[in-house]
Amino acid sequence: MKLAITGTGAVSSAGWGVAALMDALASGKTPEPSLLDRTGGETLIRTPVLRVPTEGATTPKFARLRRTSPISKFAAAAAVEALGESRMAAIAAGELRVGVIFTLLNGCVNYSNRFFGEVLTDPAMASPILFPETVFNAPSSHLSAMIGSHAPNDSLIADSTGFFSGIDLAAEWIQRGEVDGCLVVASEEIDWLSAEGLCLYSKNYLPSEGAGAIYLEAADGPVRLLHLPDPVSFSGYSRIEAAVKIRERLNVENDGHALLIDGRVDIARFDLPETKAWSDWSGPRWSPRVTLGEAMGASTALQIVAAVEALKAGGFQKAVVTATGGNQQATGVLLGR
Amino acid sequence: MAYSSDSPISQNLRPVVVTGMGIVSPMGRDLAENTAGFRAGRMAFSPVTLFDVSRQRVGTAGQVDLPDRAPDFGISKKAWGRMDRGTRLAVLAAREAMAEAALCGGEIPLIVGTSAAAMPIGEDYFKAALVNTPDRHTQLRRVETYQAQRQMTDMARELGVHGPLRIISNACASGANAIGHAFHLVRSGRAEIVLAGGYDALCQLVFAGFDALQALSPSGIPRPFDAARDGLALGEGAGFVVVESAASARSRSVKVIAEILAYGAATDVHHLTQPHPLGDAALVTMQSACAMAGLAPEQIDYINSHGTGTPLNDIAEGNAIQRWAGDAVGKIKVSSTKSATGHLLGGAGAVESVISLMALKEQFLPASLNVREADAVCSFDLVREPREAEVRRVLTNSFGFGGANATLIFGKEGIA
Repeated sequence: MKLAITGTGAVSSAGWGVAALMDALASGKTPEPSLLDRTGGETLIRTPVLRVPTEGATTPKFARLRRTSPISKFAAAAAVEALGESRMAAIAAGELRVGVIFTLLNGCVNYSNRFFGEVLTDPAMASPILFPETVFNAPSSHLSAMIGSHAPNDSLIADSTGFFSGIDLAAEWIQRGEVDGCLVVASEEIDWLSAEGLCLYSKNYLPSEGAGAIYLEAADGPVRLLHLPDPVSFSGYSRIEAAVKIRERLNVENDGHALLIDGRVDIARFDLPETKAWSDWSGPRWSPRVTLGEAMGASTALQIVAAVEALKAGGFQKAVVTATGGNQQATGVLLGR
Repeated sequence: MAYSSDSPISQNLRPVVVTGMGIVSPMGRDLAENTAGFRAGRMAFSPVTLFDVSRQRVGTAGQVDLPDRAPDFGISKKAWGRMDRGTRLAVLAAREAMAEAALCGGEIPLIVGTSAAAMPIGEDYFKAALVNTPDRHTQLRRVETYQAQRQMTDMARELGVHGPLRIISNACASGANAIGHAFHLVRSGRAEIVLAGGYDALCQLVFAGFDALQALSPSGIPRPFDAARDGLALGEGAGFVVVESAASARSRSVKVIAEILAYGAATDVHHLTQPHPLGDAALVTMQSACAMAGLAPEQIDYINSHGTGTPLNDIAEGNAIQRWAGDAVGKIKVSSTKSATGHLLGGAGAVESVISLMALKEQFLPASLNVREADAVCSFDLVREPREAEVRRVLTNSFGFGGANATLIFGKEGIA
C-alpha cells in the first residue's frame, strides 16, 4: 500500500505555521533567546531558552483548550494546519475516520510543576483543574475531541525519536483499514524546571518548544513514505552503533541529490553518532535543531515537516530524516516524491 | 514492524496465543500468590508508607510489598538500584512471563503501557531543585532516570530483549492497549513474538491528584457496582504477557495459556475525565472486539470490568454492558477485581488481563468484593464471591482519562 504525507503543521520558536518554520530554516538565523526565570526555589536562576512567540498564535477556538497549557495549544494549532479545513469538515460530517497519534517526551511540565508545588504546600488546596492536564494523554484527548473523532487515539512516550514510532503506528492503522487517515503530532512545552533539566546534560543546549504534525493517508503523492525501518534499540547497541545500523537499514543512495535532515544540535558529544554514521554524506544536509533549539520530540517532528516541505518545493526527489535519541533508539525514514 | 512501500501487506491473519504471563500486584509478587488471593476473595489494602499522606483525605492504597534487595534471577544490584519502583514491578512481572514462555530474550519488540511512569523520581528532582544548591550529578541522574523510555530500555537490556520499544501512555487503558498492539503485530505477521504489559507504582503527585478530584473512596474501601459506592482506591503493580503466533508456539513446543481472540479500541470525546454516561465508546469497543472474534455476547463467560468504584464510571460501564448484551444481559457474569487490589492505572489493563487469563486457566471467577447493595444498573450477574465456573472466553474492559477505551477477549486454546 502506498502511503503519503498530505498535510503538515508546525509551531516552533520561529513562529506559528509551516511557513515560519521554512523561512527560519532558509535563513539559518536562530531567533533571539529569552531568559526563563525560576518561579520557586531560593536562588534566582535564569536559563536562556527559545520560546514560541506569543504573537501570531493560531490556537484554534475550542472550549477544552481554554484551560490547557501550551503543549495542547501548540498541538492543536499544528494539527489543524495539517488537516486543513476540508478534512476537518469531512471528519465532522462523519465521512472521514481519522486516528490520532501523539508522541511526547516531556509532557505537560507547566501544570505538573504547579500542581506538585501545590501538593507540597497543602494537598487540600491542590487544584483539581490542573491535575487532569498533567496526564500524558491529555493533549491527544483534546485533539480527538476538537476534531470530533472517535477513532483510535494513542499517546506514545519516547525519547526525541518518538515521532518515527508514531508514523510506524499510523502506517499500521491505515494498512489495517482501521482509519482512513492518521494525524501524527508531537508537541513539547518548557518551563524553568525542564529547561534547567535539559541544561544539566550540557550548558550549550538551547531549550525550546513547539509542535509538528503530519497527516498520513493511503495516496500516491505529493510526498510518499518510502521506507521506515525498525528503530534500533539502545538495549542492544550503543548510540553510535545504532545510528550506523539505521543508515544501513535505510539503504539510501549517496548520490549527492537526496536531502539529509538530521537531529544534530551542534554539541559534539551528542552529535557524534549521526556525525559518524553520515560522515561521507555527499548531498545537502540540514540540522534544524541548530537553528531552532532543542524541543525534544517536537524537534524531530519539525525535521519531518521540513523534509516534506522541501520535497514539495521541488528541489529534491528524496529526503532522508534521521534522529538518534538520548536514551532509547536511533531512527530514520526515507521520503520521496 | 517496519514499513516499506515495496512490501505487500499480508492478508493472512494468524491465530495469536499467550505463552507466558507474570503479575505483581498488592495481592502478591507472582502468579501463585495472586491466584491464591483472588481465589480466596482477599482484599489487599494497607496504609501508604511510600510518601506522606498525613494531609490527604485518604491514607490507604494497594501497596506492593516490594523488597529493596535485587531479585535472584540475574539482575545486578547496580541495575536494580537504578530502577524506579514502577520498573522494578515491571521487571518482576516481565521476567515471570518470559520464564513461563521459555523465552530468554532476543530481537523481539517490547510494548509497555504506563501512566505515571517514574514519577517518584521526578518528584525528588522537583523537591531538590527548590533547595539552594542541589547536587548537579544527582539531579542529572534523576532527570535521566525519570524518563520512562530510559527505564524501559534498561529493563529490556536486563531481560535480553533487543527489539523496538513502544511505550503507550493512554492513562488507565495503557496496559490493555499495549497487549492489543502486540496482538495486532503478531496477528498481521509483523512480529512472531512480542513481550507486552503494563505497570505503575504509587506516587505522591498522582495520589494527591485523585484525592483533589475527590475520586478516592474516603473509607479506603472501593465498592465497584455498589449502589452507594463512593470512589476508587489506588494501587500499584505490573502485568506482562508473552504474545506469540500459534505457529511459533508450536515450533518452540511451549505450552499455550490462551488465545487472544480480539482487541477493540475507541475514543470517548465526551469529557477529559468523565465517560459518556451511556458508555458509548465502551459499547463500541465491546462490539468491535466481539465482531472481530465472531462472538455473540452470550458466548462470553466472564467480564473483568474496568469497574473503578466511582459513581460515573460504573454507571457508564454498566449501561454499556446492558446495551451490548441486550436480552442476554442476565447471563453475563461480571466482576471488578479493583475491589481487591485498587486501581493500578497504567498497569490496570495488563494486570487485569493476567487475572482474566488466570480465570481461564484455573476455571474460576474472581469477585467484586464489598458490595452491600448492587446498583440498579447491574442487570448482569455481578459475581460477589469467588466462584468455580466453566470459563472458555473472557472479556476485559479498560477505560482511561482522556477517553481511551479498550477491550480484549481471551479464549481457551482452540475455542475460536
